[in-house]
Amino acid sequence: MQPRNIIEKIWDQHLIHKEAGKPDLLYIDLHLVHEVTSPQAFEGLRMNHRTVRRPDRTFATVDHNVPTSENRETKDSVSKIQIETLQKNCKEFGVELADIYSPYQGIVHVIGPQLGLTQPGKTIVCGDSHTSTHGAFGAIAFGIGTSEVEHVLATQTLWQKRPKTMQIKVNGKLGIGVGAKDLILAIIAKYGISVGTGHIVEYTGEAIRDLSMEERMTVCNMSIEAGAKAGLISPDQTTIDYLRGRRFSPKGAKFDKAAQKWLALASDDDAAYDRTIEINAAEIEPQVTWGTNPSMGASVNDTVPDPESFDTEDKRQAAKKALAYMDLKPGTPIHAIPIDVVFIGSCTNSRISDLRQAAEVARGKHVHEGVRALIVPGSYAIKKQAESEGLDQIFKSAGFEWRQAGCSMCLAMNDDIVPAGKRCASTSNRNFEGRQGTGSRTHLVSPAMAAAAAISGHFADIRSFAVAQ
Amino acid sequence: MEPFQTFEGLVCPLDRTNVDTDQIIPKQFLKRVERKGFGSCLFYNWRFDENGNKKTDFVLNQPKYTQSSILVARDNFGCGSSREHAPWALQDYGFRVIIAPSFADIFYNNCQKNGILAIRLGADLVNKLIQHATQETFRLTVDLKQQKLSAPGFDESFTVDPYQKELLLKGLDEIAITMTYENEITAYEKEQEVAQ
Ligand code: SF4
Repeated sequence: MQPRNIIEKIWDQHLIHKEAGKPDLLYIDLHLVHEVTSPQAFEGLRMNHRTVRRPDRTFATVDHNVPTSENRETKDSVSKIQIETLQKNCKEFGVELADIYSPYQGIVHVIGPQLGLTQPGKTIVCGDSHTSTHGAFGAIAFGIGTSEVEHVLATQTLWQKRPKTMQIKVNGKLGIGVGAKDLILAIIAKYGISVGTGHIVEYTGEAIRDLSMEERMTVCNMSIEAGAKAGLISPDQTTIDYLRGRRFSPKGAKFDKAAQKWLALASDDDAAYDRTIEINAAEIEPQVTWGTNPSMGASVNDTVPDPESFDTEDKRQAAKKALAYMDLKPGTPIHAIPIDVVFIGSCTNSRISDLRQAAEVARGKHVHEGVRALIVPGSYAIKKQAESEGLDQIFKSAGFEWRQAGCSMCLAMNDDIVPAGKRCASTSNRNFEGRQGTGSRTHLVSPAMAAAAAISGHFADIRSFAVAQ
Repeated sequence: MEPFQTFEGLVCPLDRTNVDTDQIIPKQFLKRVERKGFGSCLFYNWRFDENGNKKTDFVLNQPKYTQSSILVARDNFGCGSSREHAPWALQDYGFRVIIAPSFADIFYNNCQKNGILAIRLGADLVNKLIQHATQETFRLTVDLKQQKLSAPGFDESFTVDPYQKELLLKGLDEIAITMTYENEITAYEKEQEVAQ
């Protein structure tokens, strides 16, 4: 048999119908649902007298607009209606909901893996672009719109054009203090935000193999920022070890049988891709974005670029607009940029290892005067875990706010908003204009870099920060 | 879904690359549970200042373009969040056709599901359209069946996926179509259960 990559293997396994001139009809194994992109889909079902075909393959939570305050009370009546609508819909259609006070609640892309719902070889969709996160397990996972949410609810399938495949091979080892977030930001800075358009990306190479499951999720999470439909990593022993014993993982002998199958999904040795790019992990430095899309990034030791230095007129114009919005001058050293707000959270970087890294930096120090710093764990379970390790105490005594789980300041749909004109060091994935609040300015960084910025009041190279402090 | 056949309308040039869905419709407007009524929030932060007054320099606010229904923009239109509120807002505002050299995948699909025709057109032609629409009152006829764009001094064809074309032309309900594959879906599910 011809060697195949994992993307082709999973795709072929899920084909229900294939016909020339049409997209493929693909079976969907897992459908994750949240409050913002689902109400119109359930309403569509109701209007057409349809049901949810497989409630057992559907799982819902509230994350996007829930408050992260201690009592979790929604003051905003419109948000409240959205949350109540999901509660009502899940009840009516028989879908399990990790509701606001549930121990399973959290950001949809954080709880899927945590509960063992996310498994190798699955096709996974959600009405949210960062569904690519689940690809870390060797699944084809991608975001869909609300009409497609309705389609999956009704039929458990989707019409999808077979995407092209792309390999991003990361050779060598990442330097000390350089993490998964820096890796993916550096890839996007180098190749741009549409390098992956029309492709599913498989990340390969030594540096990827070395990553933990949580780090792999950070990388796959931002595949969408590279324009890709999805990103994934072939399963290996790291994947198997993570999944053992989780709520929805197979149990006992079934697990071992499943593990065998999962490992066999890995791309064959000489599998081909439509495109391959290679980068050297050793060259990557801690990253900070300076502009208004995720490719506008640089090493913390660089300076803010001169728009004139870009090679096309489009890029020069875009850089000019971005610098005007960000209120930055070309030539300013990145580490000299002062910050007002720090946000550690989001489906990119809110898992326990992210919080441990940030806590390591914050331990025994204090948030810089005038800086507001928030820690928002990705799920209730992570919050509890962090508290059992005493991380909350480290953060609180360093002057960080310790909050309840949700998307929070990643998209500022609740009360966690960066005020207009203020500058935020954020561990989330998008630095678009106004993303964290109208007029807000976002710099994307890793959790360790965010914590260091909180303490310094400006960006700092995490590698020398530890020594200097 | 309303069928899409031939459409004639005024072109509005949005001379920007990488227009993301956070700009098309900012998140504060995503809380509604209906599909309608998002037009007033379209490009909100570009259209209005902090006091809710219209920003006169934004293209949609120029009197010339108030009746526009065809939007032309640069590369990678609709990138970012998967929110279908973006095409809902464009549609509710009055746009029926969007032309750009490239679109983000999810946005492109979302348009199609709502009867908006998203047309991928070469960068040179997009450039021409933007120039025309900037300099004059430029109306364009879009014929989906013939895959043709025409206006005085502009006659070009475009490509479109045949399946998407058919859905749009007939305004078909995709879920109803898929439900005719019920036997195949059930057979697949049975097979998978056995294999477990
Ligand atoms: S954390 Fe941010 S990117 Fe992730 S699902 Fe929530 S809003 Fe989307």
